[in-house]
Amino acid sequence: MKKLAKGFVIAATAVATTWGVSALAGDFPDRPVGVAVSYGAGGATDFQARIVTMVAGNKDMLGQPVYIVNKPGAGGRVGWNWFATKAPKDGYTMSAYNVPHFIAQSIKGGVKYSTDSFEPIANWGADPAVVLVGKDSKFNTIKDLVEFAKANPGKLTLSGAGLFVGHHIAALQLQQSTGTKMAYIPTKGGGAAAMKAVIAGNVLAGINNLSDGYRAAKAGNVKILAVADLERNKEFLPDVPTLKESGYDVDNSSVNFRGLMVPKGTPQSAIDTLAAKVPAMFKHARVAKRMKAGGSPIKVMTRAEVQEMWKARQKALAGLLKGL
Amino acid sequence: MEFLNHFGGVFEPLALMLLIGGTVGGLILGATPGLSPTMAVALLIPFTFHLQPVHGLILLGAAYTSTVAGGAVSAILLKIPGAPANIATSLDGHEMAKQGHGARALHLSFLSSGVGGLIGVLLLIFLTPLLSQWALAFGPSHLFWLAIVGVTVIGSLDSNSFVKGLLSGCIGLWLSMIGYDDIQGAQRFIFHDALSGGINIIPALIGLFAIPQVIDMFGKGRFITEIETVKVPKQQFMNSLRELRGNVRALTIGTTFGSIIGLIPGVGGQIAGLVAYDQTRKFSPDRDKFGTGHPEGLIAAESANNAMVGPSLVPLLTLSIPGSPTAAVLLGGLLIHGIFPGTDLFDNHPQVAWTFINSMLIGQILMVAFGIYTAQWAARIALVPNSLMASAVLVLALFGSYSIQQSMGDVYIMLALGVGMFFLDRFGFSAAPLVLGLILGPIAEANFIQGTQIAAAQDGPWVYFLTGPLNMLLIFFAVSSIAFSFWSNLMASKSKKDGLAEEVTK
Repeated sequence: MKKLAKGFVIAATAVATTWGVSALAGDFPDRPVGVAVSYGAGGATDFQARIVTMVAGNKDMLGQPVYIVNKPGAGGRVGWNWFATKAPKDGYTMSAYNVPHFIAQSIKGGVKYSTDSFEPIANWGADPAVVLVGKDSKFNTIKDLVEFAKANPGKLTLSGAGLFVGHHIAALQLQQSTGTKMAYIPTKGGGAAAMKAVIAGNVLAGINNLSDGYRAAKAGNVKILAVADLERNKEFLPDVPTLKESGYDVDNSSVNFRGLMVPKGTPQSAIDTLAAKVPAMFKHARVAKRMKAGGSPIKVMTRAEVQEMWKARQKALAGLLKGL
Repeated sequence: MEFLNHFGGVFEPLALMLLIGGTVGGLILGATPGLSPTMAVALLIPFTFHLQPVHGLILLGAAYTSTVAGGAVSAILLKIPGAPANIATSLDGHEMAKQGHGARALHLSFLSSGVGGLIGVLLLIFLTPLLSQWALAFGPSHLFWLAIVGVTVIGSLDSNSFVKGLLSGCIGLWLSMIGYDDIQGAQRFIFHDALSGGINIIPALIGLFAIPQVIDMFGKGRFITEIETVKVPKQQFMNSLRELRGNVRALTIGTTFGSIIGLIPGVGGQIAGLVAYDQTRKFSPDRDKFGTGHPEGLIAAESANNAMVGPSLVPLLTLSIPGSPTAAVLLGGLLIHGIFPGTDLFDNHPQVAWTFINSMLIGQILMVAFGIYTAQWAARIALVPNSLMASAVLVLALFGSYSIQQSMGDVYIMLALGVGMFFLDRFGFSAAPLVLGLILGPIAEANFIQGTQIAAAQDGPWVYFLTGPLNMLLIFFAVSSIAFSFWSNLMASKSKKDGLAEEVTK
C-alpha cells in the first residue's frame, strides 16, 4: 500500500514538473485540443474530422490528442455562430469548415460569421459534387438529363444536402450554364437523405458528394453522370466526364473543401504553431490509408493556400448568388 | 442459412472478449443519463481503428444493442430515459421501481428486450432483401403522414384526458419549431441565444421526465412523516420468466410494431417504443392500469425498442443508406476499414457481414444475462432516501445535459422545461405526449416542405399527398386512431355517468 502511495506521489510530481516545464517553455499545445463539428455525428464531415485528427497525439504531430464536439443544427449555422462569437480564442478550440457552405451562407446573411470571423489553419479534403441518377433511370448521360430539363422546365427534381451547400451551388451553376430551370430539393439530414431520395426514386436526379456517390455507384444503386470539377477524378471515377468537358460552363466553385480553422483573435503564436504542424498530420500515412479506404479524396493545403482559396470562393460565390 | 457458417468467428477469443466488453460497456454507457446510443457508439469508433474490421464491428454491434437496452435502466430506476427509444419504458417501469418492484421491472425489461432483439436480428438475417424494399417505399409524403399517425397516438398516450393529451402534444409541436428552420434557415422564436440551435431532444427528455420528479422528492423529503419506506423484495428469475410468458400479447405487439416501424429510415427508432406502448394499451383489457406500474406497458415498450435494432440496419447494410443517426456512425466504422455496405459487403466480405450480424445475436443473449445478474442490486436504489436520491438525479441531469455538446444552453433548456413540466403536471398534463410532439414536429415539417417542393415539379400537392395506396393506408390509420380514442373516451365518460346515476338511484 505504502509503495503504491509512493508511486502516486512520484507520478504526480513527474506530471506536475512536465506541466510546469512546458508552461515555462510556452509549449503549445500542452493539453488536448477540441474540434467543433457543425454537423451531427456520422455525417461525412464528422467522420473525416475523426480520421484526420487520429494521429494528433503522436509526439511528432501535435503531441496532444484531439477530441470532437458535435454542435449540429440549422445546416451548420448553429455551430459556426457559436464558434464565431462564443468559442474560446486560445488555440485549443478549432472548428471544421466546409467551403463553399459557410461562405455562401454568410453572403446570403442571417448569420453571425463571414470569412473575416475565422483564421484558416489547413485544408484536408476536397470532395467534388457529382450529378447522379437512380440505377433504373432513363438518363444515361448528362446530355440526356439536360435535354429533359430543357424540354420540361421546372420538372426535373434534383436532390441535394441543403441550401447553400456545394450541391446547391453546383445545381445553380448547372442551371445557369444550360439555361434551364430545375427543381432543386434540399433535404434535411445531409447527403445521406439526399442520396436516399435518388435511390428510392423520390426525385429524378441528385447532386451529392463524390465520396458518397462513388460508394453508391459501386454498390450498384446509382449511375454517376458528371463531376462538377475542373478535371476528372483519376483516383475514384476516371470514366466520369466533368461538366466542363461535356460542354457546360461549370467550374470548381462547388467543390466541398474541408479543413480546420480557429476564431479570429486567437494568438498569432498559436495560429503559427497549428498551421505548421497540422498539414503534416493530414499527410500522415495512416490518415491517407483510412481516407482512401472510405473513398474520401484528400487535398492538403497550407494556411496561405487556404486563405487564397477562401478569397477566390468569396468572389465567385458573391457573383453567383447575386439576384437569388 | 449462410450465417450458420460464420458463427465460428464470434467465438474466437478476441472476438468473444470484445463482445463481452462491448455488451457490459454498452449497458453502462446506455444507463448513463445524457449518453444516447449514437454518442456511445461514436465514442467507441476510435477504438476500432486498431482492430480488424470484423472485430471493430463486433464491438460496435454489441455496444449498439446493449446501449438501447441499458437506456432502460436509467428510465426505470431514475425516470431519465436514455434516449427517445426509452420514453415508453419509463412510464410504467419507474412506477414499478417506486413500488419496490425495480428488480422485477428490470428483469422483464431485459427479457423482453432480449426476445424483441433476437426476433429483430433474425428478421435482418432472413428477410433483408424484402425489408430493404419496404424501407425505400416511404417517400416524403408517406413520412409526413406517418408523423401525423404518430400525432394521433398522442391523444391516448399516458393521459386520462384526451383533450389534455392533445394539448400537451401541441405544446411539444410548438417547442419543436424553436430555432433555425433546418432547410430555409428562417429564425423562429429565438428569444435567447441558447435557443438558436432549437431544443435538443436529450436535454428535453432529461428535463421533462427527471426534474418534476426531483422537485417532488425534495418536497416530500422535508417531512419525516412523508418519507416513504418501500420494501424491495427479492425477485426470482423464474417468476419473471413466468410473468413474461403470461404477457405474450404485449410481447407480440411490441415486437411487431418495433420491427416494422424501426425499419423506416429517419423515423422508426424514435417512436417505435411509444407507438407499441399505445397499441398494447388499446388492445389490453387492463387499459386503466397503464401508467400505474403495469408490466404490460413495460414489456411492449422494451420489446419494441430492441426489435428495432436489427431492422434499422437493413437500409444501411443493403443500400448503404443509414436509417438512423446510430446507423450513420456505424457506417463510419465500416468505411474506415474500406468496407462499403451494400452488395460489396455481402459479396466480398461475407465473413465480416455475417460475423457482425451473428455477434448481435449472441450479444442479445449476453445482454440479458448481465442485465438480469445486476438487476437485484440495481433495484435497491429505491431504498435510497428521497432527499439523497433527488440530489443525485439532479447532478446526473446537469452533467448529462451539459456533456452532449458542452453547452450551458442545453442545461438552461433542461431546467426550464423541467420546471415548466412540474407545473403542467399539477394540471393533469403529462410529459410523454409532449415529447412525442417534440420528436414528430420536425419530421412532419421537413417532409411536408420537401413533399410540396417535389409536388410542385410534378402534379401538385393534392395528387402527391392524397393518392397512392400507402398514403391512403396511412391516412386511414390516422383517422381510425382518432376515432378510436374519441369513441373510447366517450364510452369511458358514459360509463362513469351511468355509475353515478346508479349510485344516486340507490
